[in-house]
Amino acid sequence: MRRALRIARVLLATQYAYMLEYRAEIALWALSGVLPLIMLGVWQGAGGAVAAGLSPQQLSHYFIAAFVVRQFTVVWLIHVFEEDALQGKLSPYLLQPLQPLWRYLAAHIAEQATRIPFVALMLAVLALLQPTDLALPSAGALLLGLLAIGAAFALRFLLQTVVTMLCFWSERAAALDRLLLIPYLFLSGLVAPLDTFPAPMKSFALATPFPYMLSFPAQLLAGMPVNAAAGFGALAAWIALLAPIAWLLWRAGVRRYGAMGA
Amino acid sequence: MPMPRNRYWRSLGRFWATSLAAELEYQANMAIELLAVVGNLAGSLFVLALLYGRSSRLGGWSWDEALVVLGVYTLLDGLTSAVLQPNLSKIVSHVQNGTLDFVLLKPIDSQFWISTRSFSPWGLPGLVAGAGLILWAANQAGASWQASHVALTALLLASSAVILYSLWFLLAALSIWFVKVWNATEVLRYVLVAGRYPVSAYPVGLRTLFTLVLPVAFLTTVPAEAILGRVSASWALASLGVAAAALGLSRWFWQYALRYYTSASS
Repeated sequence: MRRALRIARVLLATQYAYMLEYRAEIALWALSGVLPLIMLGVWQGAGGAVAAGLSPQQLSHYFIAAFVVRQFTVVWLIHVFEEDALQGKLSPYLLQPLQPLWRYLAAHIAEQATRIPFVALMLAVLALLQPTDLALPSAGALLLGLLAIGAAFALRFLLQTVVTMLCFWSERAAALDRLLLIPYLFLSGLVAPLDTFPAPMKSFALATPFPYMLSFPAQLLAGMPVNAAAGFGALAAWIALLAPIAWLLWRAGVRRYGAMGA
Repeated sequence: MPMPRNRYWRSLGRFWATSLAAELEYQANMAIELLAVVGNLAGSLFVLALLYGRSSRLGGWSWDEALVVLGVYTLLDGLTSAVLQPNLSKIVSHVQNGTLDFVLLKPIDSQFWISTRSFSPWGLPGLVAGAGLILWAANQAGASWQASHVALTALLLASSAVILYSLWFLLAALSIWFVKVWNATEVLRYVLVAGRYPVSAYPVGLRTLFTLVLPVAFLTTVPAEAILGRVSASWALASLGVAAAALGLSRWFWQYALRYYTSASS
């Protein structure tokens, strides 16, 4: 246990130092997460929001919460892993007495920590421009929201791990990941609140893992009425389903892995 | 330019023929790209339908007119996948590996080489879907097809493509300073999603931003208005002006950036 804590501390510290070197690019990435804010602009003037019974205030709280959730659930594992596997950089990691996926996980967490000031800055600009759009969530909502963001990130990381493991067998794993981004984009609530969906479409979306990656934490943060127990239950169920698959694929994949030039 | 112009055309033909031959080795990609285009289009139509709800206007645009905007967006997205992405995303690795040296030594304009070397046929589904949607929706909205009107449309579509290229190029050239395994050009793709909707659908602040700072309005809304036959002379002229300025800026920026290029490991 103490060893695990020490490894975690060292991994996070080194990855954080590494990410700080790239803060300019991370700022650009943070900026690329403005999609929910753009969608907020369109929704504010759209007839669809009125039809769904969403007030302008609810809309802005929802989309700004979605913006925050999106910032801290970004996963880019497949891009680095593909390159590491292809160029054989994975080999030295395999020799170390540590499952290499922990290293990638630590890199993601460090990158999120690097993002915090940029996200805070963007929120501050928003608060200056449109003071009524922002509302501080209550302590309970904030706590549940942060917890849900963590779980949503874990789910997204696991889903991408499953796809990433296909890199061992196919060169098209990244293309598959790009395809998965499409249902994520349209069903997660990133571009339209789930409440505006027609009922059958909404139940369909809720049967997929995507709304729990964004809409659920965002609704919690925005203080909208949402069944927290059901949401966390779904997150736990999807994580419980994907974790063993990811683990099995990793074991089978590493056995196939033949490094560079083998 | 030190070389006769037709050398550039001939090089372009060779570049694209060889990339086509190389890319066709991976035919399964076609299925994936088709699926991606169909999925994206279906999702965009779904969200657009949600935005309209039971009302008939979005920022003063009818459903069919807004579909023309979506068509122009899809067309530009196809152009991005076919030409911009495959070429400009490589600047990063050229800088990282120092292979930009070889590009600079070639007896051809380096910006031309960097921008046109590859052509990916996997952008074609987007180009075809976009053009199809534009034609269908414009017909539904009752656009006319006079020669002058078609010529103006072609001109403004070309100027929107030039603006898009220049934006991509400016951002990609930044990698001379900021290098990382993946690159900043992807950022642009996320922000340009704003072009899926007519610019008048946004609140005043964003509308100004999308016209003056990030010329999204000139990318999709202005060409769509030309297709619908109602673009004003001032907007058309502004679009051409922005295109010329953006292209000039990209040219100047490349020369400026090269001064800071010191090759790898130096």
